[in-house]
Amino acid sequence: MSALLSVASLTKSFGGLRAVRTVSFDVTAESITALIGPNGAGKTTVFNLVSGFLRPDGGRVHFAGANVTGRAPREMAKLGLVRTFQRVQLFADMTVLDNVLTGAHLHTRGGLPAALFRPPATRAERARVETAARRLLERVGLGARASDPAGTLAFGQQRLLEIARALAARPRLLLLDEPAAGLNPAETQRLGALIESVRNEGLSVLFIEHDMNLVMTIAGRVVVLDFGEKIAEGAPDDIQRHPRVLEAYLGVEEPA
Amino acid sequence: MNDYILTVLVLAGIYAIIAVGLNIFTGYTGQISFGHNAFAAIGGYTSAILTTDRGWPPLAALFAGALLAVVAATLVGYPTLRLRGHYLAMATLALGLISYVLSVQLEGLTRGFTGISGIPPLGIGALVMTTPRAYFVLVWLLVAAAAGSAWLIVHSRLGLSLRAIRGGEDAARALGIDVTRYKVQALAISAAYASVAGSIFGHFVSYISPEAFGLYMVVLLFTMLFVGGIGTTLGPVVGALVIGSLPEVLSGFKDYRELIYAAVLIVILLFAPRGVLGLVARRPAARPGT
Repeated sequence: MSALLSVASLTKSFGGLRAVRTVSFDVTAESITALIGPNGAGKTTVFNLVSGFLRPDGGRVHFAGANVTGRAPREMAKLGLVRTFQRVQLFADMTVLDNVLTGAHLHTRGGLPAALFRPPATRAERARVETAARRLLERVGLGARASDPAGTLAFGQQRLLEIARALAARPRLLLLDEPAAGLNPAETQRLGALIESVRNEGLSVLFIEHDMNLVMTIAGRVVVLDFGEKIAEGAPDDIQRHPRVLEAYLGVEEPA
Repeated sequence: MNDYILTVLVLAGIYAIIAVGLNIFTGYTGQISFGHNAFAAIGGYTSAILTTDRGWPPLAALFAGALLAVVAATLVGYPTLRLRGHYLAMATLALGLISYVLSVQLEGLTRGFTGISGIPPLGIGALVMTTPRAYFVLVWLLVAAAAGSAWLIVHSRLGLSLRAIRGGEDAARALGIDVTRYKVQALAISAAYASVAGSIFGHFVSYISPEAFGLYMVVLLFTMLFVGGIGTTLGPVVGALVIGSLPEVLSGFKDYRELIYAAVLIVILLFAPRGVLGLVARRPAARPGT
């Protein structure tokens, strides 16, 4: 099967720090891939390079068959690659529903004239998008909170809202940066089920995660980074026994 | 109501229109403009020059001014709106200062410090507005239209995008929102409000000079926004009414007026940072983790 996302020899330095060094991996269609590694391994930098928030110093990113290296975040979103953030980035003063409606930006139309004159097409579109948004909120268990300001949600709910907002953009590949961080076990389980159901609908998910239990449960493939380099890639079971992974996580060689 | 009170209310209404527009850019899009006096000046001077020297009808001149303000905002917006925070504040402050200097220096057009007098009253054909009462009705209808149109903008796809930019530019980008383009659009829209208000001001007073559109205007506008409630529909209108009528309320304390202004502003910022309307509005119970 050809890859939906293909990362080849990706490299990025910040001053003297080589944050990502010649990292290559693929994400196939309708798959769940985990990107793991100790803190500072370069995982989020890889996300920023792939989603267009950073320009790589070297290497290439292919998405859906096209070379998209160095494209802006907005263009990546248009192509169907949508991300969430390690530090949740909600529109805190906007309602929960408005956050999800904003997620549908690329699939709606209308500027100033539509705002002022509200033609039937605009109103019909708004009704359609709102129905879809409410359905997404039900799906992540936030249906009852639709009219509350997003900033009033509990932390775990904020993460789920950010995912619902990303789903409203109808991505082909969803990038989740530590989606389970700060979630309690019940919420984490719910998150795992959500990610799997999203995959079953035809999306691919690439996620950064420290919760190994979640990774081993839902990921079909695991990519391991350490000090900016890919040290292992494979099925979850193989990764758990991989000597270099154990070394990286248990810190056999590295200074504390 | 006597003519004096009507005049005060007309001027407050003119400020309210500018404040409603500024609120779209600052309150909802989260961008700072200390240069909005420039857009009011463009409207005021375009109307004054075209209706006195060139004999244009006031309404045509008003639209020409608004168009010019929108063009100016777009030209200024693209380079400056890539800046954030303090840098944007400085750039827009410079815009306001430049517009002031230009209105002084371009004497051939603006007659410098002398200003332009003899601006005809607003009117269409034979229907000419001659009394403060007529202006009062017109201006406050326009305030209602300004607030109504701002509400429509805020509660639309366009408004969602603007508020998303205020909420977080990176998140907005990740959802495919063209952040720079929407910021420029917000500036252009708010410039149109300021320009229309500037035009009406010229027609109402029949005289404009550089001082009418100086930096003091920016100070007043922000005081109005903060007093009324920034990022609310009616906040700018309430703020303009309160601040616009303060000089009359305080006319007995002439020497201490600025002092009382400053004190009011400090008290509002300390105890009601969301303005008078923010105190009244239903508040979210808590705002953790933002």
